[in-house]
Amino acid sequence: MNRPPTRPNIPNNLAPIATELSNLLTGDWRAERPVVDRDKCVKCATCWLFCPVQCIVEMPAWFDVNYTTCKGCGICANECPHRAIAMIQESEVAA
Amino acid sequence: MAKSSSQLKDEILKRRSQPKEPAAPVTDESDLARLRKSQPRFRGLEAGHRACQGCGEALAARLVTEAAGPDVILTNATGCLEVFTTPWPQSAWRLPWIHSLFENSAAIASGVEAALKAQGRATKVIAMGGDGGTFDIGFQALSGMLERQHNVLYVCYDNEAYMNTGIQRSGSTPHAAMTTTSPPGKERMGKRHLKKDLLSIIAAHHIPYAASASVAYPADIRRKVRRAVSITGPTFLLIHSPCPLGWGFDSERTIELARLAVQTGLFPLVELERGEITGVMPIRKPRPVADYLKIQNRFRHLFVEDPRALKEREHLQALADHNIDQYGLAGEGADPLDADGADTVRRGGLVD
Repeated sequence: MNRPPTRPNIPNNLAPIATELSNLLTGDWRAERPVVDRDKCVKCATCWLFCPVQCIVEMPAWFDVNYTTCKGCGICANECPHRAIAMIQESEVAA
Repeated sequence: MAKSSSQLKDEILKRRSQPKEPAAPVTDESDLARLRKSQPRFRGLEAGHRACQGCGEALAARLVTEAAGPDVILTNATGCLEVFTTPWPQSAWRLPWIHSLFENSAAIASGVEAALKAQGRATKVIAMGGDGGTFDIGFQALSGMLERQHNVLYVCYDNEAYMNTGIQRSGSTPHAAMTTTSPPGKERMGKRHLKKDLLSIIAAHHIPYAASASVAYPADIRRKVRRAVSITGPTFLLIHSPCPLGWGFDSERTIELARLAVQTGLFPLVELERGEITGVMPIRKPRPVADYLKIQNRFRHLFVEDPRALKEREHLQALADHNIDQYGLAGEGADPLDADGADTVRRGGLVD
Protein backbone atom coordinates (compact mmCIF):
# COMPACT_ATOMS: atom_id res chain seq x y z
CA MET A 1 0.00 0.00 0.00
CA ASN A 2 1.75 3.07 -1.26
CA ARG A 3 -0.89 5.78 -1.18
CA PRO A 4 0.07 9.38 -1.85
CA PRO A 5 -0.69 11.77 1.00
CA THR A 6 -3.99 13.64 0.73
CA ARG A 7 -3.50 17.17 -0.53
CA PRO A 8 -4.75 19.89 1.80
CA ASN A 9 -7.28 22.59 0.92
CA ILE A 10 -9.33 20.52 -1.52
CA PRO A 11 -12.88 21.88 -1.47
CA ASN A 12 -15.43 19.28 -0.53
CA ASN A 13 -18.23 20.61 -2.71
CA LEU A 14 -16.79 19.84 -6.16
CA ALA A 15 -19.59 17.45 -7.04
CA PRO A 16 -22.85 16.51 -5.40
CA ILE A 17 -22.28 13.56 -3.11
CA ALA A 18 -25.14 11.53 -1.73
CA THR A 19 -25.30 12.15 1.97
CA GLU A 20 -28.00 9.75 3.07
CA LEU A 21 -29.01 6.23 2.22
CA SER A 22 -32.33 6.12 0.44
CA ASN A 23 -35.10 5.92 2.99
CA LEU A 24 -38.04 6.16 0.65
CA LEU A 25 -40.74 3.78 1.81
CA THR A 26 -42.20 2.47 -1.41
CA GLY A 27 -44.91 0.41 0.29
CA ASP A 28 -47.58 2.95 -0.56
CA TRP A 29 -47.13 2.36 -4.31
CA ARG A 30 -48.82 -0.97 -3.90
CA ALA A 31 -52.25 -1.89 -5.27
CA GLU A 32 -51.98 -5.60 -4.46
CA ARG A 33 -50.05 -7.17 -1.62
CA PRO A 34 -48.38 -10.59 -1.62
CA VAL A 35 -49.50 -12.85 1.23
CA VAL A 36 -47.49 -15.98 2.03
CA ASP A 37 -49.25 -19.25 2.85
CA ARG A 38 -47.00 -20.61 5.60
CA ASP A 39 -48.17 -24.20 5.13
CA LYS A 40 -47.26 -24.29 1.46
CA CYS A 41 -43.93 -22.45 1.76
CA VAL A 42 -40.94 -24.82 1.52
CA LYS A 43 -38.27 -22.11 1.87
CA CYS A 44 -36.81 -22.57 -1.59
CA ALA A 45 -35.97 -18.82 -1.62
CA THR A 46 -37.18 -18.34 -5.19
CA CYS A 47 -39.13 -15.23 -4.13
CA TRP A 48 -36.09 -13.89 -2.27
CA LEU A 49 -33.95 -14.43 -5.35
CA PHE A 50 -36.26 -12.70 -7.82
CA CYS A 51 -37.49 -9.76 -5.72
CA PRO A 52 -36.20 -6.55 -7.35
CA VAL A 53 -36.52 -4.51 -4.12
CA GLN A 54 -35.33 -7.18 -1.66
CA CYS A 55 -38.40 -6.91 0.51
CA ILE A 56 -38.53 -10.67 1.21
CA VAL A 57 -37.54 -11.46 4.80
CA GLU A 58 -36.34 -14.83 5.99
CA MET A 59 -38.32 -16.27 8.92
CA PRO A 60 -37.66 -19.55 10.80
CA ALA A 61 -39.95 -21.69 8.63
CA TRP A 62 -41.15 -19.47 5.81
CA PHE A 63 -40.35 -16.33 3.87
CA ASP A 64 -42.31 -13.19 4.66
CA VAL A 65 -42.72 -9.82 2.98
CA ASN A 66 -41.63 -6.45 4.31
CA TYR A 67 -44.67 -4.33 3.48
CA THR A 68 -42.90 -1.01 4.06
CA THR A 69 -40.83 -1.43 0.88
CA CYS A 70 -42.80 -3.97 -1.20
CA LYS A 71 -44.03 -2.29 -4.39
CA GLY A 72 -46.46 -5.11 -5.16
CA CYS A 73 -45.06 -6.10 -8.56
CA GLY A 74 -46.19 -9.71 -8.12
CA ILE A 75 -43.03 -11.42 -9.40
CA CYS A 76 -42.83 -13.54 -6.22
CA ALA A 77 -46.41 -14.79 -6.65
CA ASN A 78 -45.83 -15.54 -10.33
CA GLU A 79 -42.55 -17.39 -9.81
CA CYS A 80 -43.34 -19.34 -6.61
CA PRO A 81 -43.09 -23.01 -7.66
CA HIS A 82 -45.51 -24.09 -4.90
CA ARG A 83 -48.04 -21.30 -5.45
CA ALA A 84 -47.62 -20.33 -1.81
CA ILE A 85 -47.96 -16.58 -2.45
CA ALA A 86 -51.27 -14.95 -3.33
CA MET A 87 -51.78 -11.36 -4.48
CA ILE A 88 -54.60 -9.70 -2.54
CA GLN A 89 -56.14 -6.30 -3.28
CA GLU A 90 -55.07 -3.70 -0.74
CA SER A 91 -58.68 -2.51 -0.51
CA GLU A 92 -59.73 -5.97 0.66
CA VAL A 93 -57.15 -6.06 3.43
CA ALA A 94 -58.70 -5.15 6.75
CA ALA A 95 -56.97 -2.07 8.05
CA MET B 1 -8.36 -23.45 -16.00
CA ALA B 2 -12.08 -23.04 -15.57
CA LYS B 3 -14.34 -26.02 -15.97
CA SER B 4 -16.30 -26.17 -19.18
CA SER B 5 -20.04 -26.57 -19.23
CA SER B 6 -19.83 -30.26 -20.22
CA GLN B 7 -17.38 -31.04 -17.41
CA LEU B 8 -19.64 -29.36 -14.88
CA LYS B 9 -22.61 -31.22 -16.26
CA ASP B 10 -20.80 -34.55 -15.85
CA GLU B 11 -19.91 -33.63 -12.29
CA ILE B 12 -23.47 -32.72 -11.43
CA LEU B 13 -24.87 -35.89 -12.98
CA LYS B 14 -22.28 -37.96 -11.10
CA ARG B 15 -23.13 -36.28 -7.82
CA ARG B 16 -26.84 -36.85 -8.35
CA SER B 17 -26.41 -40.55 -9.09
CA GLN B 18 -24.66 -41.12 -5.76
CA PRO B 19 -26.82 -41.82 -2.70
CA LYS B 20 -27.15 -38.80 -0.50
CA GLU B 21 -25.57 -38.78 2.90
CA PRO B 22 -27.95 -37.58 5.59
CA ALA B 23 -27.02 -34.09 6.71
CA ALA B 24 -25.56 -33.81 10.17
CA PRO B 25 -28.35 -32.81 12.53
CA VAL B 26 -28.14 -29.37 14.03
CA THR B 27 -27.74 -30.19 17.68
CA ASP B 28 -27.38 -26.75 19.09
CA GLU B 29 -29.51 -23.81 18.06
CA SER B 30 -26.53 -21.51 18.47
CA ASP B 31 -24.62 -23.46 15.77
CA LEU B 32 -27.17 -22.43 13.19
CA ALA B 33 -27.22 -18.88 14.46
CA ARG B 34 -23.45 -18.70 14.33
CA LEU B 35 -23.43 -20.10 10.80
CA ARG B 36 -25.94 -17.49 9.68
CA LYS B 37 -23.93 -14.72 11.26
CA SER B 38 -20.68 -15.89 9.69
CA GLN B 39 -22.23 -15.77 6.20
CA PRO B 40 -23.76 -12.32 5.98
CA ARG B 41 -25.65 -11.52 2.81
CA PHE B 42 -24.01 -8.56 1.19
CA ARG B 43 -26.47 -6.16 -0.40
CA GLY B 44 -25.00 -3.67 -2.85
CA LEU B 45 -28.31 -2.07 -3.75
CA GLU B 46 -30.70 -1.31 -0.90
CA ALA B 47 -34.48 -1.43 -0.91
CA GLY B 48 -36.09 2.00 -1.17
CA HIS B 49 -34.87 2.89 -4.66
CA ARG B 50 -37.40 4.34 -7.09
CA ALA B 51 -37.48 1.71 -9.82
CA CYS B 52 -40.86 0.86 -11.32
CA GLN B 53 -42.71 -2.21 -10.13
CA GLY B 54 -41.15 -5.35 -11.60
CA CYS B 55 -38.01 -3.60 -12.89
CA GLY B 56 -35.63 -6.09 -14.47
CA GLU B 57 -32.71 -3.68 -14.31
CA ALA B 58 -32.99 -3.22 -10.52
CA LEU B 59 -32.96 -7.00 -10.10
CA ALA B 60 -29.95 -7.40 -12.40
CA ALA B 61 -28.00 -4.62 -10.64
CA ARG B 62 -28.76 -6.22 -7.28
CA LEU B 63 -27.58 -9.66 -8.46
CA VAL B 64 -24.38 -8.26 -10.00
CA THR B 65 -23.37 -6.26 -6.92
CA GLU B 66 -24.20 -9.19 -4.64
CA ALA B 67 -21.97 -11.48 -6.67
CA ALA B 68 -19.11 -9.01 -7.09
CA GLY B 69 -18.86 -8.40 -3.35
CA PRO B 70 -18.07 -5.32 -1.27
CA ASP B 71 -14.56 -4.54 -2.60
CA VAL B 72 -15.84 -2.81 -5.71
CA ILE B 73 -16.09 0.70 -7.18
CA LEU B 74 -19.02 1.38 -9.52
CA THR B 75 -19.23 3.87 -12.37
CA ASN B 76 -22.57 4.49 -13.98
CA ALA B 77 -23.72 5.93 -17.28
CA THR B 78 -26.83 8.11 -17.36
CA GLY B 79 -30.00 6.09 -17.52
CA CYS B 80 -32.76 4.56 -15.46
CA LEU B 81 -30.29 2.91 -13.09
CA GLU B 82 -28.58 6.21 -12.30
CA VAL B 83 -31.86 8.11 -11.93
CA PHE B 84 -33.80 5.72 -9.73
CA THR B 85 -30.97 4.89 -7.34
CA THR B 86 -29.52 8.34 -6.68
CA PRO B 87 -31.95 11.25 -6.42
CA TRP B 88 -29.77 13.78 -4.58
CA PRO B 89 -29.13 13.76 -1.62
CA GLN B 90 -30.06 10.13 -1.33
CA SER B 91 -28.39 6.98 -2.58
CA ALA B 92 -29.49 3.36 -2.62
CA TRP B 93 -25.96 2.04 -3.13
CA ARG B 94 -23.87 0.52 -0.37
CA LEU B 95 -20.81 0.77 -2.62
CA PRO B 96 -18.66 3.68 -3.85
CA TRP B 97 -20.49 4.95 -6.90
CA ILE B 98 -19.83 7.70 -9.45
CA HIS B 99 -21.78 9.15 -12.35
CA SER B 100 -20.60 11.84 -14.73
CA LEU B 101 -22.16 11.80 -18.21
CA PHE B 102 -24.09 9.57 -20.56
CA GLU B 103 -21.19 8.58 -22.79
CA ASN B 104 -18.24 8.16 -20.46
CA SER B 105 -19.00 5.39 -17.97
CA ALA B 106 -16.21 3.27 -19.48
CA ALA B 107 -13.81 6.23 -19.64
CA ILE B 108 -14.34 7.05 -15.94
CA ALA B 109 -13.86 3.39 -15.06
CA SER B 110 -10.58 3.45 -17.02
CA GLY B 111 -9.41 6.44 -14.98
CA VAL B 112 -10.48 4.93 -11.67
CA GLU B 113 -8.72 1.70 -12.55
CA ALA B 114 -5.53 3.54 -13.53
CA ALA B 115 -5.58 5.47 -10.23
CA LEU B 116 -6.09 2.28 -8.21
CA LYS B 117 -3.24 0.64 -10.13
CA ALA B 118 -0.93 3.56 -9.32
CA GLN B 119 -1.84 3.18 -5.65
CA GLY B 120 -1.21 -0.55 -5.78
CA ARG B 121 -4.73 -1.51 -4.79
CA ALA B 122 -6.65 -4.52 -6.02
CA THR B 123 -10.17 -3.09 -5.81
CA LYS B 124 -12.26 -4.17 -8.79
CA VAL B 125 -13.94 -1.54 -10.94
CA ILE B 126 -17.34 -2.21 -12.48
CA ALA B 127 -18.68 0.12 -15.17
CA MET B 128 -22.40 0.00 -15.75
CA GLY B 129 -24.71 1.36 -18.39
CA GLY B 130 -28.02 0.79 -20.05
CA ASP B 131 -28.26 -0.25 -23.65
CA GLY B 132 -28.36 3.37 -24.86
CA GLY B 133 -25.19 4.19 -22.91
CA THR B 134 -23.49 1.09 -24.28
CA PHE B 135 -24.73 0.32 -27.79
CA ASP B 136 -24.98 3.92 -29.02
CA ILE B 137 -23.77 6.81 -26.91
CA GLY B 138 -21.03 5.26 -24.81
CA PHE B 139 -19.74 2.94 -27.46
CA GLN B 140 -16.48 4.67 -28.35
CA ALA B 141 -15.48 4.97 -24.69
CA LEU B 142 -16.28 1.28 -24.22
CA SER B 143 -14.29 0.28 -27.29
CA GLY B 144 -11.34 2.35 -26.10
CA MET B 145 -11.48 0.81 -22.64
CA LEU B 146 -11.43 -2.70 -24.09
CA GLU B 147 -8.62 -1.85 -26.49
CA ARG B 148 -6.43 -0.37 -23.72
CA GLN B 149 -6.91 -3.55 -21.68
CA HIS B 150 -8.12 -1.87 -18.49
CA ASN B 151 -8.93 -4.22 -15.63
CA VAL B 152 -12.63 -3.35 -15.61
CA LEU B 153 -15.86 -5.33 -15.81
CA TYR B 154 -18.39 -3.53 -18.02
CA VAL B 155 -22.01 -4.54 -17.35
CA CYS B 156 -24.69 -3.53 -19.85
CA TYR B 157 -28.30 -3.79 -18.70
CA ASP B 158 -30.12 -4.35 -21.97
CA ASN B 159 -33.75 -3.24 -21.83
CA GLU B 160 -33.85 -2.57 -25.56
CA ALA B 161 -34.76 1.15 -25.75
CA TYR B 162 -34.15 4.51 -24.06
CA MET B 163 -36.64 3.81 -21.26
CA ASN B 164 -35.57 6.68 -19.01
CA THR B 165 -36.43 9.42 -21.49
CA GLY B 166 -39.67 7.88 -22.74
CA ILE B 167 -39.06 4.72 -24.76
CA GLN B 168 -37.18 5.95 -27.84
CA ARG B 169 -35.58 3.39 -30.13
CA SER B 170 -31.92 2.50 -29.55
CA GLY B 171 -29.39 0.37 -31.39
CA SER B 172 -30.50 -2.48 -29.18
CA THR B 173 -34.24 -2.32 -29.95
CA PRO B 174 -35.21 -5.55 -31.73
CA HIS B 175 -36.53 -5.53 -35.27
CA ALA B 176 -40.23 -4.62 -35.66
CA ALA B 177 -40.63 -3.38 -32.07
CA MET B 178 -42.85 -0.37 -31.44
CA THR B 179 -41.29 2.57 -29.60
CA THR B 180 -42.30 6.22 -29.51
CA THR B 181 -39.84 6.97 -32.33
CA SER B 182 -40.57 3.85 -34.36
CA PRO B 183 -44.36 3.67 -34.39
CA PRO B 184 -46.06 1.12 -36.64
CA GLY B 185 -48.33 2.49 -39.35
CA LYS B 186 -48.83 2.67 -43.08
CA GLU B 187 -45.15 3.12 -43.89
CA ARG B 188 -43.52 0.58 -41.61
CA MET B 189 -44.09 -2.09 -38.96
CA GLY B 190 -42.17 -0.75 -35.97
CA LYS B 191 -38.40 -0.50 -36.07
CA ARG B 192 -37.02 -1.11 -39.56
CA HIS B 193 -33.51 -2.10 -38.60
CA LEU B 194 -32.01 -5.08 -36.86
CA LYS B 195 -30.77 -5.22 -33.28
CA LYS B 196 -27.06 -4.42 -33.19
CA ASP B 197 -25.02 -7.57 -32.62
CA LEU B 198 -22.92 -6.04 -29.85
CA LEU B 199 -21.42 -9.32 -28.61
CA SER B 200 -19.79 -9.92 -31.99
CA ILE B 201 -18.33 -6.41 -31.92
CA ILE B 202 -17.03 -7.04 -28.40
CA ALA B 203 -15.66 -10.40 -29.56
CA ALA B 204 -13.68 -8.59 -32.26
CA HIS B 205 -11.73 -6.82 -29.50
CA HIS B 206 -10.46 -10.25 -28.38
CA ILE B 207 -10.89 -9.45 -24.69
CA PRO B 208 -10.36 -12.23 -22.11
CA TYR B 209 -14.03 -12.76 -21.31
CA ALA B 210 -17.39 -11.59 -22.60
CA ALA B 211 -20.78 -13.11 -21.91
CA SER B 212 -24.51 -12.56 -22.15
CA ALA B 213 -26.85 -13.36 -19.27
CA SER B 214 -30.51 -12.98 -18.37
CA VAL B 215 -32.29 -11.97 -15.16
CA ALA B 216 -34.31 -15.19 -15.40
CA TYR B 217 -31.16 -17.19 -14.54
CA PRO B 218 -29.66 -15.64 -11.36
CA ALA B 219 -27.26 -18.54 -10.71
CA ASP B 220 -25.91 -18.06 -14.23
CA ILE B 221 -25.45 -14.31 -13.67
CA ARG B 222 -23.65 -14.97 -10.39
CA ARG B 223 -21.29 -17.46 -11.98
CA LYS B 224 -20.51 -15.17 -14.91
CA VAL B 225 -19.91 -12.12 -12.69
CA ARG B 226 -17.57 -14.06 -10.40
CA ARG B 227 -15.72 -15.42 -13.39
CA ALA B 228 -15.40 -11.94 -14.93
CA VAL B 229 -14.27 -10.32 -11.67
CA SER B 230 -11.59 -12.99 -11.15
CA ILE B 231 -9.99 -12.20 -14.52
CA THR B 232 -7.35 -9.46 -14.83
CA GLY B 233 -8.23 -7.49 -17.92
CA PRO B 234 -11.30 -6.09 -19.62
CA THR B 235 -14.45 -8.19 -19.36
CA PHE B 236 -17.97 -7.56 -20.62
CA LEU B 237 -21.37 -8.76 -19.52
CA LEU B 238 -24.65 -8.14 -21.36
CA ILE B 239 -27.71 -8.73 -19.16
CA HIS B 240 -31.18 -8.95 -20.68
CA SER B 241 -33.51 -7.07 -18.31
CA PRO B 242 -37.17 -6.65 -19.31
CA CYS B 243 -38.92 -3.31 -18.74
CA PRO B 244 -42.64 -3.66 -17.92
CA LEU B 245 -43.36 -0.02 -18.77
CA GLY B 246 -41.52 0.18 -22.07
CA TRP B 247 -42.37 -3.26 -23.40
CA GLY B 248 -45.96 -3.18 -22.24
CA PHE B 249 -46.59 -6.21 -20.04
CA ASP B 250 -47.76 -6.89 -16.50
CA SER B 251 -45.07 -6.32 -13.89
CA GLU B 252 -45.32 -9.86 -12.48
CA ARG B 253 -44.23 -11.39 -15.80
CA THR B 254 -40.71 -9.88 -15.89
CA ILE B 255 -38.93 -13.16 -15.17
CA GLU B 256 -41.29 -15.19 -17.32
CA LEU B 257 -40.59 -12.90 -20.27
CA ALA B 258 -36.82 -12.93 -19.80
CA ARG B 259 -36.95 -16.72 -19.70
CA LEU B 260 -39.04 -16.85 -22.89
CA ALA B 261 -36.52 -14.63 -24.71
CA VAL B 262 -33.85 -17.25 -23.94
CA GLN B 263 -36.04 -20.25 -24.70
CA THR B 264 -37.12 -18.91 -28.10
CA GLY B 265 -33.52 -18.21 -29.12
CA LEU B 266 -34.01 -14.46 -29.50
CA PHE B 267 -31.52 -13.75 -26.72
CA PRO B 268 -28.79 -16.41 -26.75
CA LEU B 269 -26.79 -16.90 -23.54
CA VAL B 270 -23.19 -17.37 -24.65
CA GLU B 271 -19.68 -17.01 -23.24
CA LEU B 272 -16.76 -15.78 -25.32
CA GLU B 273 -13.07 -15.97 -24.46
CA ARG B 274 -10.66 -14.03 -26.67
CA GLY B 275 -13.41 -13.83 -29.24
CA GLU B 276 -14.06 -17.57 -29.38
CA ILE B 277 -17.32 -19.13 -28.19
CA THR B 278 -16.51 -21.29 -25.18
CA GLY B 279 -19.91 -21.93 -23.66
CA VAL B 280 -23.60 -21.62 -24.46
CA MET B 281 -26.75 -22.36 -22.50
CA PRO B 282 -28.49 -24.98 -24.67
CA ILE B 283 -32.23 -24.81 -25.29
CA ARG B 284 -34.06 -28.04 -24.53
CA LYS B 285 -36.98 -27.43 -26.84
CA PRO B 286 -37.01 -24.10 -28.71
CA ARG B 287 -40.34 -22.34 -28.36
CA PRO B 288 -41.98 -20.36 -31.17
CA VAL B 289 -41.19 -16.64 -31.02
CA ALA B 290 -44.92 -15.83 -31.06
CA ASP B 291 -45.08 -17.06 -27.42
CA TYR B 292 -42.64 -14.30 -26.51
CA LEU B 293 -44.04 -11.59 -28.79
CA LYS B 294 -47.74 -11.86 -28.08
CA ILE B 295 -47.58 -10.91 -24.40
CA GLN B 296 -45.85 -7.61 -25.15
CA ASN B 297 -47.58 -4.43 -26.19
CA ARG B 298 -44.62 -3.32 -28.30
CA PHE B 299 -45.28 -6.22 -30.71
CA ARG B 300 -49.08 -6.05 -30.77
CA HIS B 301 -49.11 -4.72 -34.36
CA LEU B 302 -47.67 -8.09 -35.44
CA PHE B 303 -50.88 -9.85 -34.40
CA VAL B 304 -53.42 -8.10 -36.62
CA GLU B 305 -54.91 -9.03 -40.01
CA ASP B 306 -52.12 -7.72 -42.21
CA PRO B 307 -49.78 -9.58 -44.61
CA ARG B 308 -46.91 -7.38 -43.42
CA ALA B 309 -47.47 -8.52 -39.81
CA LEU B 310 -47.19 -12.17 -40.81
CA LYS B 311 -44.03 -11.40 -42.77
CA GLU B 312 -42.41 -9.65 -39.79
CA ARG B 313 -43.30 -12.53 -37.50
CA GLU B 314 -41.65 -14.94 -39.92
CA HIS B 315 -38.67 -12.60 -40.04
CA LEU B 316 -38.29 -12.65 -36.25
CA GLN B 317 -38.65 -16.44 -36.21
CA ALA B 318 -35.89 -16.64 -38.83
CA LEU B 319 -33.67 -14.43 -36.63
CA ALA B 320 -34.21 -16.77 -33.66
CA ASP B 321 -33.48 -19.83 -35.83
CA HIS B 322 -30.33 -18.14 -37.08
CA ASN B 323 -29.18 -17.56 -33.48
CA ILE B 324 -29.81 -21.23 -32.66
CA ASP B 325 -27.78 -22.31 -35.71
CA GLN B 326 -24.99 -19.80 -35.27
CA TYR B 327 -24.30 -20.54 -31.60
CA GLY B 328 -25.32 -24.20 -31.64
CA LEU B 329 -28.03 -23.70 -29.03
CA ALA B 330 -30.07 -26.82 -29.83
CA GLY B 331 -29.55 -29.18 -26.89
CA GLU B 332 -29.41 -32.96 -27.11
CA GLY B 333 -32.16 -34.17 -24.79
CA ALA B 334 -32.68 -33.13 -21.21
CA ASP B 335 -29.73 -31.38 -19.61
CA PRO B 336 -29.53 -30.03 -16.04
CA LEU B 337 -27.83 -26.90 -17.36
CA ASP B 338 -30.08 -26.01 -20.28
CA ALA B 339 -32.67 -23.23 -20.47
CA ASP B 340 -35.27 -25.41 -18.71
CA GLY B 341 -33.00 -27.31 -16.30
CA ALA B 342 -31.23 -24.25 -14.89
CA ASP B 343 -34.63 -22.98 -13.92
CA THR B 344 -36.17 -25.79 -11.90
CA VAL B 345 -37.29 -25.61 -8.30
CA ARG B 346 -33.76 -26.19 -7.07
CA ARG B 347 -32.81 -22.92 -8.82
CA GLY B 348 -29.26 -23.69 -7.87
CA GLY B 349 -28.75 -24.81 -11.44
CA LEU B 350 -25.03 -24.44 -11.62
CA VAL B 351 -23.03 -24.89 -8.45
CA ASP B 352 -20.44 -22.19 -7.91
